[in-house]
Amino acid sequence: MNSLQNLREVMRRDRVFDFMLQTTGLEVDLSHGTILYLEDVSVSFDGFKAINDLNLYIDAGELRCIIGPNGAGKTTMMDIITGKTRPDKGSAFFGQNINLLHLNEAEIAQAGIGRKFQKPTVFEFHTVFENLELSMAGDKRVWQTFRARMEGSQLDRISNVLEIIGLQECHHKLAGSLSHGQKQWLEIGMLLMQNPKLLLVDEPVAGMTHQEMERTAELLTSLAGEHTVVVVEHDMDFVRSIARKVTVLHQGSVLAEGSMDEVQNDRRVVEVYLGE
Amino acid sequence: MRLFNPLKQDRGGQLFLATLVLAMLLVPMLNLMLPESSPFHISTYTITLLGKYLAFALLAIAVDLAWGYLGILSLGHGAFFALGGYAMGMYLMRQIGERGVYGNPLLPDFMVFLNWDSLPWFWYGFDMFWFALLMVMLAPGVLAFVFGWLAFRSRVTGVYLSIITQALTYALMLAFFRNEMGFGGNNGLTDFKDILGFNLQDDTTRIALFVATALMLAVGYIVCRAIVASRLGRVAVAIRDAEDRTRFVGYRVEYVKLAIFTFSAVLAGIAGALYVPQVGIINPGEFSPLNSIEIVIWVAVGGRATLYGAAAGAIMVNYGKSYFTAALPEVWLFALGALFVLVTLFLPKGVIGLLKRRRAES
Repeated sequence: MNSLQNLREVMRRDRVFDFMLQTTGLEVDLSHGTILYLEDVSVSFDGFKAINDLNLYIDAGELRCIIGPNGAGKTTMMDIITGKTRPDKGSAFFGQNINLLHLNEAEIAQAGIGRKFQKPTVFEFHTVFENLELSMAGDKRVWQTFRARMEGSQLDRISNVLEIIGLQECHHKLAGSLSHGQKQWLEIGMLLMQNPKLLLVDEPVAGMTHQEMERTAELLTSLAGEHTVVVVEHDMDFVRSIARKVTVLHQGSVLAEGSMDEVQNDRRVVEVYLGE
Repeated sequence: MRLFNPLKQDRGGQLFLATLVLAMLLVPMLNLMLPESSPFHISTYTITLLGKYLAFALLAIAVDLAWGYLGILSLGHGAFFALGGYAMGMYLMRQIGERGVYGNPLLPDFMVFLNWDSLPWFWYGFDMFWFALLMVMLAPGVLAFVFGWLAFRSRVTGVYLSIITQALTYALMLAFFRNEMGFGGNNGLTDFKDILGFNLQDDTTRIALFVATALMLAVGYIVCRAIVASRLGRVAVAIRDAEDRTRFVGYRVEYVKLAIFTFSAVLAGIAGALYVPQVGIINPGEFSPLNSIEIVIWVAVGGRATLYGAAAGAIMVNYGKSYFTAALPEVWLFALGALFVLVTLFLPKGVIGLLKRRRAES
């Protein structure tokens, strides 16, 4: 009778097979207030454990800073979230419903996760304006992209973002001719054009002057709330100026979590950073 | 007209198309209206030669679309060109009919020679012109699609991709050399008589072929320009410059590459189909890796990522080739190699880049 039961189970009227589940084009479900779940994630490269049983939860709308010494796995973690690296085990969910491990990079970007690279990466042979145009949220399939025409609302959106990142004057300049700091902002602007729910920002102030750093801090804090922002940064002053909650990574897992003061007074964190 | 929208702000392209239209009108007139004794008379031989150059120019545009704008350095576009050529050649073979050496109404000469008694299945339908035209586009298109599907999905890029495209065209060359393949083996397809009922040796047919090639080159240019000027074209350049970034912005890079690469291959096939009736032969030599490398040299000499520069480069280098192989045959390959080295070292943006710089300075 066992096979009959199996058959019944399979033929159940409300049965939904896994392959029939919609995996792409879903609106992210934030009903529980948590936008990102990483659970028991491990990944190793040639035996080296870059991420080791990492558990990390990010609340919707928060501004989280992630710090940690070199090799702590910060960039690898971002690679996993954005689909560049697949973990050996564990799960990664975006909101309640989107399994990031089933999507590729482009689908994850479409679902609403934007990423800024450690080294500023913009399209050097396009103007600032075109960089923003290409990043704009919308239908990105081949034929639709070929037929795409700029609409008035989209132009407004671009000039709006140009204002936010302070690059109105050089919108017609080639992105390759911008200064390092301007490229960083342009890349943040490109993130904004994607209208992501979650922004992953890898070392946003590397190579910036003090003034530029202050402006970046303002920019990122103003984005939190409407968007969720995760910042990976080495510069402690910068982290102190923006952070509400800090997570310390060490050897691929979370060492401590809390406000900046709590974390700085944590004995283990001090050990990791200063040596015993 | 919306058709010409992509040509706005494309001064070089406007000039190129104007020249092309002028040639389309002037060349036949100079051939038909002037007596042969006139110094301005253009011989039919020259017209065919020009038609050949224009077919190469179309091929160069196809390569430039993939290489200049998308960053795919294909060293195998000669294969798509040759496939289009073979499809046209098969049509022309079937048109020979009973006029072949062996007088077989159905089988081309080489099949009779090989003692085959029936037409292989893949030769069916090629007695119809429309079917041949379809195959001209479909054969290279499908090959490029399958090849691209496998290569781009596994994210093969850069030199590795170039090497695989070389292997592709080399493998096809070896295959087409075999008599058992049913494409005339070593000798290829030749001894064509007529196309659509018109004798291929007639002056008027040759002029018509020249005009058709020029027209197709113009259409090909406008379509490529439309792609390049669209947002898709900007995405292509973005992929060329920062592939990962484009992916994280949310574009399916492999699909963009696949679409443009396949289109480029179809264009190369059309160029091959225009080439074959004018030169009167297609053989496996067209698949040789060297040919594909030569195409890349044309594009580099003319100027990458300009389209019209690629076309100009193809015409210039082939004119040089015609001249040198007649005057100093043993020098040609050295001259070609030296040309490529010189262009890479001193003219990274090709002749067009040089002209643009001159204008900017003056």
